[in-house]
Amino acid sequence: MKTLVTINGKSIELRFDPDETLLHTLRNHGYTEVKSGCEEGECGACLILLNGKAVNSCLIFTATLKNDNILTAAGIGTLHEPHIIQQAFVDCGAVQCGFCTPGMVIAGYALLQDNPDPSETEIRKALSGNLCRCTGYVKIVEAVQEASKRLRGEGS
Amino acid sequence: MSKTYTSIGKAEKKIDALALATGSRRFVDDFELKDCLHCKLIYSPHAFADIIKIDESPALAMDGVVDVLSYKNTPQILHTSAGQGFPEPSPYDQYLFDKVVRFAGDRVAMVVAESPAIAETAAKKVKIAYKLRKALFDPERAMDADAPKLHGKECYTPIGAAYDPQRNLAAEVDLGFGDLKEGEEAADIVIDETYKAHYGSHCAIEPHSVKTYFDDEGRLVILASTQVPFHVRRIVARVCEFPLAKIRVIKPRIGGGFGGKQEVLLEPLAALVSIRHKRPARLVLSREEVFRNSRTRHPVRVRLRSGVKKDGTITFLEMDSLLNSGAYGSHALTVLSNCGSKVLPLLNKIENMHFLGRSVYTNLPVGGAYRGYGATQGYFALNQHLDILCRRLDIDLPEYIKKHHIREGETSKIFEALGEGKTGVQQFVNSCKLDECIDICTREIGWYGKRDKKIRSGDKVRGVGLAVAMQGSGIPLVDMAAASMKMNEDGSFNLDIGATDIGTGSDTVLAQIAAEVLNVDLDAMIVLSSDTDRTPFDVGAYASSTTYISGRAVRKCAEKILEQIIGVAAEMLETSSDKLKLSHAGVKDPASGKRIGYPEICQYAMYSANQFQIQAVASEFVEESPPPFIAQAVEVEVDTVTGAVQVLKLVSAVDCGQAINPKLAEGQIEGAAVNGISYAMTEEYIFSGNGRMINSSFKNYKIPTAADLPEMKTVVVPSHEPSGPFGAKSVGEIGINCPMPAIANAIYDAVGVRLYEAPFTPEKVYRAIRKQQEVQ
Repeated sequence: MKTLVTINGKSIELRFDPDETLLHTLRNHGYTEVKSGCEEGECGACLILLNGKAVNSCLIFTATLKNDNILTAAGIGTLHEPHIIQQAFVDCGAVQCGFCTPGMVIAGYALLQDNPDPSETEIRKALSGNLCRCTGYVKIVEAVQEASKRLRGEGS
Repeated sequence: MSKTYTSIGKAEKKIDALALATGSRRFVDDFELKDCLHCKLIYSPHAFADIIKIDESPALAMDGVVDVLSYKNTPQILHTSAGQGFPEPSPYDQYLFDKVVRFAGDRVAMVVAESPAIAETAAKKVKIAYKLRKALFDPERAMDADAPKLHGKECYTPIGAAYDPQRNLAAEVDLGFGDLKEGEEAADIVIDETYKAHYGSHCAIEPHSVKTYFDDEGRLVILASTQVPFHVRRIVARVCEFPLAKIRVIKPRIGGGFGGKQEVLLEPLAALVSIRHKRPARLVLSREEVFRNSRTRHPVRVRLRSGVKKDGTITFLEMDSLLNSGAYGSHALTVLSNCGSKVLPLLNKIENMHFLGRSVYTNLPVGGAYRGYGATQGYFALNQHLDILCRRLDIDLPEYIKKHHIREGETSKIFEALGEGKTGVQQFVNSCKLDECIDICTREIGWYGKRDKKIRSGDKVRGVGLAVAMQGSGIPLVDMAAASMKMNEDGSFNLDIGATDIGTGSDTVLAQIAAEVLNVDLDAMIVLSSDTDRTPFDVGAYASSTTYISGRAVRKCAEKILEQIIGVAAEMLETSSDKLKLSHAGVKDPASGKRIGYPEICQYAMYSANQFQIQAVASEFVEESPPPFIAQAVEVEVDTVTGAVQVLKLVSAVDCGQAINPKLAEGQIEGAAVNGISYAMTEEYIFSGNGRMINSSFKNYKIPTAADLPEMKTVVVPSHEPSGPFGAKSVGEIGINCPMPAIANAIYDAVGVRLYEAPFTPEKVYRAIRKQQEVQ
C-alpha cells in the first residue's frame, strides 16, 4: 500500500504492508531515530508528533494515514542544527544510552509547545509515557526545565 | 586531591550525547542491510520436556521461509552463554539448540524467512511434539535425592569448580575462618533470619539485537548489542565452528545493558544463518522475549545467623545462600561468590565467619549478570540483619555501622579466600569515606528527628531506613583492558578502546583521562569503541571495571604518547626532554621561553625529520579491586489501612574515589537507585503453575516513569583511591544495592513489620500489618 504524508517538513510517499504499524513504516523508510522498545505503547521510544500531538507510532496503523504531518526527533533538530531541547538534554547530562532520548525529546518538545513554563510535576506527568532505565529521570526532568528556561529566553 | 585538573572532575558533556539526542547515532537495528534474512525463535511452553519430534515441513512449505534451525542441523557444542573471560567460570551446560527443554521459554528452534512477518507466521506452523518430564520449581528441594535432574553427566565446568549435575548443583562455595561454636558461646543473643531476593529483569529499553553479514572480503561481521564484543567473537567462533580470524564484532551504540547483554545469546544464531545462507541475518527480541527468554537477576535465599554481645560485638556470622540459577548455570558460580565476597568484608572485625553458597538448577528462567551481581541480594539480607541487631540492642544503626565497617588501611580475610570462581586476592582498603556517606544520609533524611518517631498523618505513618554497601572495581587477576592511541597532525588523537560503552559514558570518561594526561581539550579525542578488528582487547563492560581498569590502561597509553611528544619537542627545541614542561596542547621550554604546539610537533614527526607515527598501545591487568562505598537512606510513608508504601525521599552518598566526570557519576547512581527502588516496590516475575512467566510486558512488569519517583538527592563524596586512574574507583553497580534493604528498614520503622521478601506490594505489607495486629 502507499500513502502520502509530510515527514519533518518533506512530502514523502510511504509504502507499507496493510497490517504495518507506523513505527515499522518509519523505520523501513530510514527514520531510525524512531526506536522500537516494546511495540505495545508502554515505553515511548517510538514517540512522534502526529499532526502536532505526541503519539506512540507503534500503536498506529500506517494505513490510517493520509496527508498527515509527522515530526520525529531528527525533524526537531539535527546534529548540525540541534533544537534547544536537544542541547539541553546534552548539557544537563540527561543522555545515557540514548535509546529513549529521541522519544523523551519529543515528549518534552510537545509539552513545551503547549505549556512553555511547566512545573516539575507537569514535566514529570508529561514524560510519564516514556521509560528510561539508565538515568533515574533526574537529569531528564532538569533538561526539560532548562529547555523551558532557554526557550523563554531565561536560560544560559 | 589538591591538584588541579584540566579535565578530571569536570562535568564534561557526554561526547556522543548530541548525536543520540538528535537520533543520528545508530544502534544495531538501525543499520540497514540489503537482502537480509529475518529470524524468529520458537520457545518451549513446557517447563521440562524431551523434544520427541520437530516437523518443519509446514513452515518450510510457506513462501519466503528459508530455513528452520534446531538441534538437528546446528553444531552440538556444550558451552555457557555467560560472556566471561576464558575459560569461563560458568558450567558448560547449554547447546545452541537441545533435544531437551528446561524452562517454559527455553528455545526449541528458529525460523529464518524473507520478512519478519513471514518468520513470525511460519514459527507458529512448526509442529513440535514433547514428552513432558516432572519439573522442579523449588530451589530448596533441588538437591533432594528424588528431585528431577535437569542436566546430565556430560556437562562440566571448564575451570574445574565444584559442580554436580546429579544433585542439580550448578556451583558451590564453602569457606570460613575462626570457630563458629566459640563465637556462639561468646554471644549474648543469636539472630537467625532468612531473606529472599527475587527475580528481576534488566529492562534495557533497547531489546537484545544482532545483525550479521559477510563483508566484501568474505569476513563475517557481527553487529551486536553486547557488553562483551571480544567474548562474543571467541564464543561464536567456538560454538559455530567458524575461524575466529574471519569474525569481526562491532559494537555500535548500545541501548543499556545492566548485565543483560553480558550474555552471548543471539550472536551465534544469527551468525549461523549468515554462514549457512551467505546472506545478512537479523535477530531482534520482542519485549516479551526479553522478559521470558533472555536472562534475569538470580533469586537468592540468604540465611544469616549471627551472635552478638550486648555491646554490639558480633561474635560470629554465618551466611547460607541458596541461589536459584534457573535452567542453566550462567554466572551461577560468580554471582553466588559475590553474594559473599562483596558483602562480608564490610564487617571485617568478625573473627568467626562462614559462608556456604549453593547455586542450584530449577526449571525456571535463567539467571545471569545483573548490576550488583549477587551483592544486591547479599546486602538485602545484611542490611536488614544489622537493623534487627541494632533494634534488639537499642543501638543507633548509623553509629553502629560506622564503628564496625572496614576502614582505610584494613583488610578482610574474605578478600583472599573468595574471588570470582577461584580464591581471591589479599588487599587492603586504601580509600573509604563511608562515615561521611552515612553522615550525609542521616542529615539529608532527617534521621535523628524521624527515626522511631512514627510520624502519623491520618492512616499514614512515616519511617526512615538506612543501608550501606561496598562493591569492587573490576576482577583482580582476571580482567584485562587495553588502549591504543595515535596522534594526528592537527593535535588530535585517536583513542581506540575495547572498553565497551553501553550508555554509561565510558567513552567520555576514558577520553577525559587521556585528555588530562596530554593536557588537551576533550574534543581533541576521537574515540572508537569497540570493534574487534580495530580496537585492542578489553574484557568488556562488567564487574564495575571500566573506569578503573580500562581507565588505567588509557592513562598508561596516553603517558607513552606524551613521552614521544616530549621527545620530538626536545629534538625540535634542541634541548633535552627533562627540561621541558607541558602547556595546554603544547610543550614549553622554560629556559628559552619557547613553546611549540601539538600540531607542529606531530607535523614535524610526520613530515620533517626522523619521521615516525606518534602512537602507543598499553594494557592493564590489576591485582586489586578497590571497593567503592555507598550509604543510601529513604523515608517512606505506609498507609496502615491499604498497605500501600510510598517512598518519599531517597538519599545516596557515594565514595567512588575521584569522580572523573561528576555528572556522569551522579547519573550512574541515580539510574541504579531508581532501578533499586522499583526492584523493591513493583518488579517481580509472576509464574503460572507450569513455571511460565505471565507478566511479560511493561504493562504488567512495572518499572517506574518520571511521575512515579520520590525526591532524589545524590552526593558524590570527595575521595581519592591511590591505585585508581587520577584517584578513581568504580560507580556503575553499587547504587542498586541499598534501596531495597533501606526501604524494608524504613517500613519497619514506620509500622513495625519486617518484610523478608520484596517487592513490598500493598498486599504484602497489608498482610504483614494484619498478622502483627493478630499477634498483639
